[in-house]
Amino acid sequence: MASAAVATARETTVAIATGKTRDRSPGSLAFLIALWASLFFGVMVLLVLIVSTALDGAARMDGALFTNYLSSLQPETSGFRAGILGSMWLMLGTSLLAVPLGIASALYLEEFADRNRWYNRLIELNLQNLAAVPAVVYGLLAVAAMSVLGFSSSGIVLGGSIALALLILPVVIITTREAVRAVPREIRDGSLALGATVWQTTWRQTLPSAVPGIATGTILGLSRAIGEAAPLLLVGVAVGIRFDPNGFLSAFTALPMQIFNQTSRPQEELQTAAAAAIIVLLVMILGMNALAIFIRNKFQRSW
Amino acid sequence: MPTATTGAAGSPSGAGLQPTSARSLKGRSRPGETVIRGVLFVAAMISIVTTVGIVITLIRPSLDFFSEASFLQFLTGTEWAPRRGEFGALPLVKATFLITLISLVVAVPVGLGAAMYLSEYASPRIRKIFKPVLELLAGVPSVVYGFFALTVVTPWLLQDLLALEVGFTNALAAGLVLGVMIVPTVASLSEDAMSAVPLALRQGSLAMGANKMQTTLRVVFPAAISGIAAAIVLGLSRAVGETMIVTLAAGSLPNMSGDPRESMQAMTGYMATTAGGENPVGSLEYNTLFAIGLLLFAITLVINMISISLVRRFRQEY
Repeated sequence: MASAAVATARETTVAIATGKTRDRSPGSLAFLIALWASLFFGVMVLLVLIVSTALDGAARMDGALFTNYLSSLQPETSGFRAGILGSMWLMLGTSLLAVPLGIASALYLEEFADRNRWYNRLIELNLQNLAAVPAVVYGLLAVAAMSVLGFSSSGIVLGGSIALALLILPVVIITTREAVRAVPREIRDGSLALGATVWQTTWRQTLPSAVPGIATGTILGLSRAIGEAAPLLLVGVAVGIRFDPNGFLSAFTALPMQIFNQTSRPQEELQTAAAAAIIVLLVMILGMNALAIFIRNKFQRSW
Repeated sequence: MPTATTGAAGSPSGAGLQPTSARSLKGRSRPGETVIRGVLFVAAMISIVTTVGIVITLIRPSLDFFSEASFLQFLTGTEWAPRRGEFGALPLVKATFLITLISLVVAVPVGLGAAMYLSEYASPRIRKIFKPVLELLAGVPSVVYGFFALTVVTPWLLQDLLALEVGFTNALAAGLVLGVMIVPTVASLSEDAMSAVPLALRQGSLAMGANKMQTTLRVVFPAAISGIAAAIVLGLSRAVGETMIVTLAAGSLPNMSGDPRESMQAMTGYMATTAGGENPVGSLEYNTLFAIGLLLFAITLVINMISISLVRRFRQEY
């Protein structure tokens, strides 16, 4: 009896110290299995999604997919050249708009803003809200912004870039702020004590130390933007473009737009081509995510 | 910096020549610094301009729309047929919320289960592997999820495995896939909330003889409840605003049916379909886009505000 009590007491002590229990009652086991299952559910769906799409599209993973334009007359050699190039132009435009703006506003909020001022608090609250505004709404906003800028057609690279840049701006700002905030106070104090101004400190000390975190957040934001089709639909991006975009004012189409369009077509061959294009898109996104994780693990300093 | 030293000690412009501490702390005014600060402030104001821009963009055409269609009919009418002049938005709103409800039925248990495992049971190594995988699930483009719903979930899961009588497009497939998409949102925010619960609460519970399951369910979960609620509300707002899945998988038929096996059009689905069509700018049908967009924006705004205030409450507790 006494030894059993001692054993229980020891088990409880171990449990408190390590957080591990040797409790194996059926209820606990069932609970643990349920938790495992919910964690694995997501992984399984991701696997099924990738494998089934790859099987669907395997027949069309050929050169024509990259070199040809869309064609419903010759569906077996239809390709996504215009969409792939268009998406690349779009990413370039989006990052040129979103990255400098995002970093600048994050630096203002972290290094310069007085948090007791009402307008700075308003900016913060507003950012949280913007992060959850539906993507379609940004499409409508970009149409209006383009007409204010004096463009008659908004289905050009610039219009799409404005929509996507505004969409990912909150993500870029929030992740940049986290990266800047992680730089220890002492580094700023040291620089300021040597006579540097706040901006000199920010530009030469804080910002370089935060670059890995900023790069990670920006790449993740861009990988979200490259798969987005909803705002582009509203902006009026065409689908059947048969030329390569050649600048920010050129009409263009994007890969997710073409996938959306081809998915809703009845022909079997176009569905297969869409599946192959999805694999191309997923490879782009997974590549960007892998790059972000690589940068995070390789360069991020823990202070 | 040598210039700073000479400036403070021997410069004739240094009023009174004594380096009083109050003066040197304040520093002299630097025009360059002020300009940079101004530029950064303008950049930060872009987010405010964006919000104001959204509101103006949505309201102006909406006012045009409501000068021709009745506002009351828009909110309470049960028929949506812009070509025939029937502007009751309820069918679209109903479809949005039915699909969102289905997605929450998937995302809440799965997301909470994953969060509880990651926060209470997983070793740091397992957490390091599975958190990025879960985040990948959120990185898959919604148009890909839509394709998945059309080619795998509806024909294989619903029609073959579960033998349901569903059409090519239906609300059930859209809701299920949408649920998968918001699992990472629910899981990662709930995990943050549960990890923030102080260790002392767990230790107290274990010391009273509760096992790990009891501790997780009856101590950690209630202590983190407002953070978890915020996570679910944020997932809800994602689901309401998601476009491509519902456009592809739920169909384009506005109706008042409550049967998830049927095809139905959600608010975002209507916007995507109508924007793709050729409606002249300024026409009544084109303006419906903005009226529905305004309604959608208002709904997500209210949901976000609830979420933000819930997060505030949970931050204050510990």
